[in-house]
Amino acid sequence: MFSVNTVIGQPGSFAKERLDESHEYKWPEGGLQYIPDWVYTSPEIYQREIRRIFHGPTWNFVALEAEIPNPGDFKRSYVGPTPVVVTRDSDGAVRVFENRCAHRGAEFCRTQRGNVKEFVCPYHQWSYDLQGNLQGVPFKRGVKGEGGGMPKDFRNEDHGLLKLDVSTLHGVVFASFSKDVEPIEQYLGPRILKDFEVVFKERRLRILGYYRNELPGNWKLYHENLKDPYHATLLHSFLVTFGLMVAGSKNGMIADATGRHGTLASAKPEDVAAAVGAVKGEMRAYREDFKLADGRFLQYVREFDSPWSVTMQTIWPNLIVQRELNTLGIRHIVPNGPHSMIMLWTMFGYETDDEEMVRHRLRQGNLMGPSGFLGLEDNEAIKFVQEGVRRSPSDRGVVKLGGDTQGSTNAVIDEAAIRGMYAYYRRTMGL
Amino acid sequence: MYPGYDMTPVDAREARELRMEIEEFHADYCWTLDCGDVERWPDYFTDDAVYRITARENADAGLPVGLVYADSKAMIRDRAFALKHTQMYAPRSMQHFVSNVRVLQAGVAGVKARSNYLLLQTLVDGPTTLHQAGRYYDTFVRANGRLLLKERQCVYDTVLIANDLVLPV
Repeated sequence: MFSVNTVIGQPGSFAKERLDESHEYKWPEGGLQYIPDWVYTSPEIYQREIRRIFHGPTWNFVALEAEIPNPGDFKRSYVGPTPVVVTRDSDGAVRVFENRCAHRGAEFCRTQRGNVKEFVCPYHQWSYDLQGNLQGVPFKRGVKGEGGGMPKDFRNEDHGLLKLDVSTLHGVVFASFSKDVEPIEQYLGPRILKDFEVVFKERRLRILGYYRNELPGNWKLYHENLKDPYHATLLHSFLVTFGLMVAGSKNGMIADATGRHGTLASAKPEDVAAAVGAVKGEMRAYREDFKLADGRFLQYVREFDSPWSVTMQTIWPNLIVQRELNTLGIRHIVPNGPHSMIMLWTMFGYETDDEEMVRHRLRQGNLMGPSGFLGLEDNEAIKFVQEGVRRSPSDRGVVKLGGDTQGSTNAVIDEAAIRGMYAYYRRTMGL
Repeated sequence: MYPGYDMTPVDAREARELRMEIEEFHADYCWTLDCGDVERWPDYFTDDAVYRITARENADAGLPVGLVYADSKAMIRDRAFALKHTQMYAPRSMQHFVSNVRVLQAGVAGVKARSNYLLLQTLVDGPTTLHQAGRYYDTFVRANGRLLLKERQCVYDTVLIANDLVLPV
């Protein structure tokens, strides 16, 4: 049972959730300073997003190469809500195909990760190679004396698994259902690529482990949350009390030229007390009496050639790259209907880490994830938003901070990157 | 099942006595948490305690990450303070059920045991849900006649966490 089903008012029981294609989806007056609730609640909009965004001309994160280092290694994954398998082929290339047998549709790969020579559908034992080509069909010619079997014109090469286009960039694997998507570097754009490369370029990753959670909110709310520096300095007592992100300090919200991707960046001030002191009157989450008994947890080991101590990248449509001090990870968004998303977290360090650095990353990992001091607060807030927009008859949200600018901004008290994302979204969705 | 927690021969009578003592420990520990008295939670640990909550897929693959990861009582205390005083989350009540306690080892290094746990969660106006099912792998030492946790590894089966796990198990 998903937690979205444990709220009074079951999914589908409100008028806003029953808007079909006959509804006139008209963006509210005032342009991008308002977001209509139906972008979060309408099943018709959700289906259009799957078609135009997740299955459209976008690059979707599917795996880290460090998860599948050897030929035959595989990982179960998703593109949008669609199950796929990511494999390392015998020639070293990464392949991605649908996790759906070409015969009767069975989702044949049932384990998260492993190593195989071939994939065999358990239902009728059709077998596929590491590229997804159909290799064997049992009793293809029937049984001697009895007949049956495939028609004479049946060709294995016409019945392989549906293959996706694949791009790898510095050890990160992306896939697309569309042939019309630009090369990955161009897709990210130079401003996003820069901070992406800080984390991944010429680095060999060491996987530290996984978290998985259902987040009962629309998938776009996660992008919005990380394009919203305003909340970071208000909601999160850890950020404000310990000066990890403070309004008035060096911060940046960097958007790509299209507005779809973003990097929320901040630099830990040299003098935390002065930076926090200047603005603490505005921040209810600030706690003068909060001192850490174990200060190791928030130490920052300078390991990157970057002015930022934190970069949280939202890569459209399904990837978050987290560099929060020394805790590193990716979050893979799997949309789960209009009211819910699945978050698949992969936490990592680098192969060059010594044991103390690994422990430091693990300790600092308490900031993030479904029990993280920042992570759990974000999950709670996003759940509250979904319940509010789903259950109330009011019909829009307000994003007026910073006026009507769009995209990048140096101001923390600004929603320009959210507006920029929705400008792109409206073009893509025809809204 | 978990490295370092193999079953070894323990005198049957000693095992029974230890099991009763561990069951009492679990009852006190869970009562503290279920009452919402999270600031007393660190009292169940030694100063150098390791506390980790992690998914079974991590434990099985030997991956070290923790949903919660603490390698000192001070870190446990920081989490307790944050949960009580600074974290933002919807009000909830929790109930822990611990069963199938099995003493695995008893020696000078301490007592090792495994147990199963169920965690139920109730939010303000929703149904009570099974929030997590898992196993404790515990190492106890004795201090002033009382058992304390030197290590607690909470390994959960519940693959998809329902939104978040706010309060400890």
